[in-house]
Amino acid sequence: MTPVSAVDPSLAMQAIGLSKHYGHVVAMEGADFELARGEILAVVGDNGAGKSTLIKALAGALIPDFGQVYLDGESVRFSSPLDARLAGIETVYQELAVASQLDIAQNMFLGREMRKPGVLGSILRQLDKKRMRQQAAEQMHNLGIRVQSIRQAVATLSGGQRQAVAVARAAAWGRKVVILDEPTASLGVRETHQVLDLIRRVREHDISVVLISHSMPEVFAIADRIHIHRLGRRAAIVSPKTTVMSDVVAVMTGALPSDAVVSASLAAG
Amino acid sequence: MPESETTRSCSTAVRAGCVILLAGVGAGLAPGAVQAEEKKFLIGIVELQLANPFFGRLEKSAVDTAKKHGLDVITAEANTAGDSATQIAAIENMVNRGVKGITLDPANATALVPIVKKARDAGIVVVTTNTSLAPMTAADAAYETDNLQAGVLIGQWAKATMGSKPAHVAMLDYDLADKTAKARHDGFLEGFGVTEGAPQIAGSALTMGNAETGQTATENLLSAHPDINVIYTINEPAAQGAFFAIKKARRDVLVTSIDGSCSGVRSVADGTIGATVMQFPIRMGQMAVEAVIKAVNDGLKPSGFHNTGTVLITDHPVADVDSRDSKWGLENCWGD
Amino acid sequence: MTTAPQPDSNEAAVAAAAPYASLQPPTLSLVTYPIVGPLLALIAIFVVFSLTTSTFMNAGNMSLIAQQSVVIGTLALGQTLIILVAGIDLADGAIMVLGTVVAGSIASHGDVALAMALGFVTCIVVTAINGLVIARFRLPPFIATLGMFTIVAAAARLYSQSRSFPVTSDLLTVLGSGPEFGTVTVTYGTMVWIALTLVLGYALNETAWGVRVYAIGNSPIAARLNGINVTRVVFSVYALAGVFYAFAAWQAVGRTPIADPSGYQIANLDSITAVVIGGTSLFGGRGGVAGTFIGTLIVVALKNGLTQAGIDSLYQQIATGALVMLAVGADQYLRRGHRA
Repeated sequence: MTPVSAVDPSLAMQAIGLSKHYGHVVAMEGADFELARGEILAVVGDNGAGKSTLIKALAGALIPDFGQVYLDGESVRFSSPLDARLAGIETVYQELAVASQLDIAQNMFLGREMRKPGVLGSILRQLDKKRMRQQAAEQMHNLGIRVQSIRQAVATLSGGQRQAVAVARAAAWGRKVVILDEPTASLGVRETHQVLDLIRRVREHDISVVLISHSMPEVFAIADRIHIHRLGRRAAIVSPKTTVMSDVVAVMTGALPSDAVVSASLAAG
Repeated sequence: MPESETTRSCSTAVRAGCVILLAGVGAGLAPGAVQAEEKKFLIGIVELQLANPFFGRLEKSAVDTAKKHGLDVITAEANTAGDSATQIAAIENMVNRGVKGITLDPANATALVPIVKKARDAGIVVVTTNTSLAPMTAADAAYETDNLQAGVLIGQWAKATMGSKPAHVAMLDYDLADKTAKARHDGFLEGFGVTEGAPQIAGSALTMGNAETGQTATENLLSAHPDINVIYTINEPAAQGAFFAIKKARRDVLVTSIDGSCSGVRSVADGTIGATVMQFPIRMGQMAVEAVIKAVNDGLKPSGFHNTGTVLITDHPVADVDSRDSKWGLENCWGD
Repeated sequence: MTTAPQPDSNEAAVAAAAPYASLQPPTLSLVTYPIVGPLLALIAIFVVFSLTTSTFMNAGNMSLIAQQSVVIGTLALGQTLIILVAGIDLADGAIMVLGTVVAGSIASHGDVALAMALGFVTCIVVTAINGLVIARFRLPPFIATLGMFTIVAAAARLYSQSRSFPVTSDLLTVLGSGPEFGTVTVTYGTMVWIALTLVLGYALNETAWGVRVYAIGNSPIAARLNGINVTRVVFSVYALAGVFYAFAAWQAVGRTPIADPSGYQIANLDSITAVVIGGTSLFGGRGGVAGTFIGTLIVVALKNGLTQAGIDSLYQQIATGALVMLAVGADQYLRRGHRA
């Protein structure tokens, strides 16, 4: 029996007792979630375990029937993805959501374009392309992502570079939390390494990262803690230092009960 | 042409009732035009592109004539040029419904032949209006404007008007696969006394028979051949468009056309068009329907080609070419 | 626990995911500057005609080509916008004609200012209705605008009772006149066409709205996921296109001073041709008004030159059709392997 969690303001993000039902279908029931500041939390679970429902609730794409989400200890209510973004949570979806014909800078600022100051910006609505390009280039540089030119169309980038642009964009705007949904799913080995390095650098910038992944080696390579999701709720939250891969997989599939592994929860008390 | 007051006063919803009423009234009142023992039967009227005022007027005249004689009428329309499929389906439907006669303005001269044969084999009288089938004898009779003759008239007028001045002719055509367009084109050349490709023909262009394409085509022709001084146009809207181009280029060009719409006759009156040839769609519709009625009632089937009339309208008549002036034209024109 | 770095076994997959990485510089420039192709085509057309027809390259004919371009050119600006968001408008010509008919008939009863206003309102409202149906209710643009085309064409005929009538108002016909310099007339219509092109070009290239238009054409999903209100932007595209259709109506009356329900019957095809030949992709997200400007000139110059050269109008249609296929084919080639 997992102990009831209390709200912990030191956590970047927390959720207690989230539930979502679609008619008779239980997508989520009594799901807890915690994300420490500056950590990389991997979220793992079998298909149909309810991972995406949980993530959508955290990203504002879904309103839970019951339960509460907390950001830095304050309870929040997201009625749309925009609310989550305004609160500092950025999501990198599997489809990447980049416009491939636009260039890197334009993609970085998509939906949040900067205008020139004064009359040019307010009346003529002119974009400040120079400033946007500068900031985009800076962001890419800070994260160590190398491209030919910030004015390259995203379509000319390799898959890994595109992923990097999407992650860089999320990191640029996400003041608090960046959620990555299977970021290396379609990448080769070398590019996967590059993206994982990038994620570590994002963490160094003091942003907390939620990483949904199917790849156990990747999870164990990068995560500080692992949230195991099963049957619409958190089965366990463990540390890769104290739990072996096979046990994590076993909890995921139900072969091992939750209390067979050492809980790394900070909030339960 | 003034419309029958009695039909006008009936709304569409009570049209059926009015037709029956008219049948009784018409049979009694129309002076001498209707025989005492006129059979009441179903007649089919198949037309084209009723949005075009010419066809609109033609159909209306046919329908009015049929109603005047107390007939029941089914109408059908192909609203794009060349759409024979719609007309074929309509005729099949009319045959099933038991029409005794059909007037048809064929969208395509060959495509309609088989269905017309089928109808005639079933004892139905079929006449064509405006344009005929190929061969013309595929229908019982044809009631149309002699478009070749129409072209000849303006050709002759233009030649006579030019006199001894060297002529540089521009031809503003419509798709020459269209029988009417080809006949008018050939007629003009014949009347003017030149053959295809003659040096007097400075240039030719296709239009869609409306003003803006007439204007663009004429602008382009004038740009290439500034010496053009005679222009043949397929119809009066094209001629009016040509006139805009001519005016802008500040040239002096003799403009000829065909149709006889009231708008066209007004252009003759104000000098935009030098001469035009009038068609008589009202007479056309009337003659066709009356021929069908005669055939059904008296067994006298119509035959052959019937020219519904071509009259040259101009305010500058020339010797040897019969014409009427624009005043007469305004009294006898169709459309607006 | 980390795995030792292994040689990349997915080189092929990586290469496949980089669609343009294999293109050489000349082709790459066609991607980055989609106007190069149409410009070359226009120059080629001009060269060929100047050689075959002595009267083609003279100043008067150049002036004529400009004047002949303004109606389709202005109409095509609206069409460009719609095609950029992966839509299409088959009703643009019919809406323009309805505008001319409404304005012309009201002007003939006296109030010219009212005529202008109602002509504009008609075009904008009808196009906006299309926009609503397409943006909000998700009807496919081809079908929605095809239906609207039929309705509007019939409406114009009904409203005018299939008659055309002259327009005498100076205000309505002003775009057809302009300062003359010998054989050259620079009509106000030409000036308006160029000005509208520049304004729309600015909006598309220099404003946030413009970037979002391209983003939506490229990938509506990506746009939405980035917080762009796709429905609202697409609707605004159609509403703005309606404004251009209204200007096109004004241009049409200036060029041919009549209100004619049977005019410009294939203007929709001509405008789409101008846009496509100009390099704007039918799949959205690529192209722009500069290309449309060139595309319009190509369509008009072809007709002008072929008529002057005495070549059958049917060859003009063949030439235009061939250019369209070339343009679409080029777009497909350059997009090869690209996923939105």
